[in-house]
Amino acid sequence: MKNILSSRIGIIITGSIIGAIAVILQAAGNPPNMGICVACFERDIAGALGLHRADVVQYLRPEIPAIVLGAFIISIIMKEYKPRAGSSTLIRFFLGMFAMIGALVFLGCPWRALLRLAGGDLNSLLGLLGLICGIAVGVLFLNKGYNLGRTYSNNKASGWIFPAFMLALVLLNVFEVSFSESGPIFFSAKGPGSMHANVLISLAAGLAFGVIAQRSRFCTMGSIRDIILARDFHLMSGVAALLVTAFIGNLILGKFNPGFTAQPVAHSNHLWNFLGMTLAGLAFALAGGCPGRQLILSGEGDADAGVFVMGMITGAAFAHNLSLAGKPDSMAEEVVTLGGPGIYGQAAVIIGILFCLVIGFTMREKLTVKS
Amino acid sequence: MSDHIIDARGLSCPQPVVLTRKTINEGIAAFDIIVNSDVARENVLRTLKNSGMKSDIRSEGDDFIIKASK
Repeated sequence: MKNILSSRIGIIITGSIIGAIAVILQAAGNPPNMGICVACFERDIAGALGLHRADVVQYLRPEIPAIVLGAFIISIIMKEYKPRAGSSTLIRFFLGMFAMIGALVFLGCPWRALLRLAGGDLNSLLGLLGLICGIAVGVLFLNKGYNLGRTYSNNKASGWIFPAFMLALVLLNVFEVSFSESGPIFFSAKGPGSMHANVLISLAAGLAFGVIAQRSRFCTMGSIRDIILARDFHLMSGVAALLVTAFIGNLILGKFNPGFTAQPVAHSNHLWNFLGMTLAGLAFALAGGCPGRQLILSGEGDADAGVFVMGMITGAAFAHNLSLAGKPDSMAEEVVTLGGPGIYGQAAVIIGILFCLVIGFTMREKLTVKS
Repeated sequence: MSDHIIDARGLSCPQPVVLTRKTINEGIAAFDIIVNSDVARENVLRTLKNSGMKSDIRSEGDDFIIKASK
């Protein structure tokens, strides 16, 4: 069967739907400029499970599991579900960890970077610039033969583990399970973690994301990579559609507030917005997908992508336990206090970039053309 | 089968495309690419189209064999 969503018009429709649903989620209760953010929401999940104790960012976001489950279901229906694993698993775990640390220094994944820009948060431009630079470095490695090796077909059950784990997260949210008095599952009473749409709306939105992104192969990192690598603007047309749709949605709802200062859940520390996303972009490029794409792949049966996601969740726990994440700008009595990462966060970004460079230089397998 | 065969099975995005482009840039006019995922198949076909190459595809078990030619 012809896959309509993988055509040029299909990817544009996908980007538009993601942008529109994101703005609707914001209106329905999700945090500002954060209708959907894979990094932030995985961080909230880590917090809800008690893996970190930053009490303002703890909520079992249903969008994340729903994306995986949406991709899982549609890939089975379309006969694209293929359990596979075995491509440099531990490296992917650490790439996920460092990608998350970079994203949390900036405060958002590429999807949220676009949503922030669509809401007028100009700090996001520094993040997007960093993302492009990180991906460009990744492309240099790709052109020099970088790769993490082949994946191999795996038993059917190996592909079910991740969707099953995601389903468990949904159930823990829905039944508000409490494992001990004053213990997890945590639900933030204040801060971004306390802001969320109704569970059913979040689930429906996540499922929709999962289905259309699986069919269209939507990937923000890939959109930039493909332009640098092959002058291929296919994926970028979807990403641009997301940005434009969310921008129009914000204009309609009166949520477009252009500027650098006092933007919601953001900081205006330009250098670290840039470097945080440079790290994230490089790690996404080396791992072969943005955080959203990794969720989709893990739903399709790619256990290595599932490991990347687990790395991201672990990275979020480290980011808050070790004070690595960027702090948002704060405003008290008209005085804005500049946020951004502390010294340990800055060190973590540098270490992360060095880690990625070592991986980029060392992971090469000669894949020659047989003749 | 052509003389030149690229085995891109199990390679994650964008390796199949990188290998396809490399082969085109080496001036090889006809070659086969074997992939085993729908995404890789779509990406390779798009790359060939963008490079002005002709392509012909058949499936063999779980694999897709794409014949590329000028």
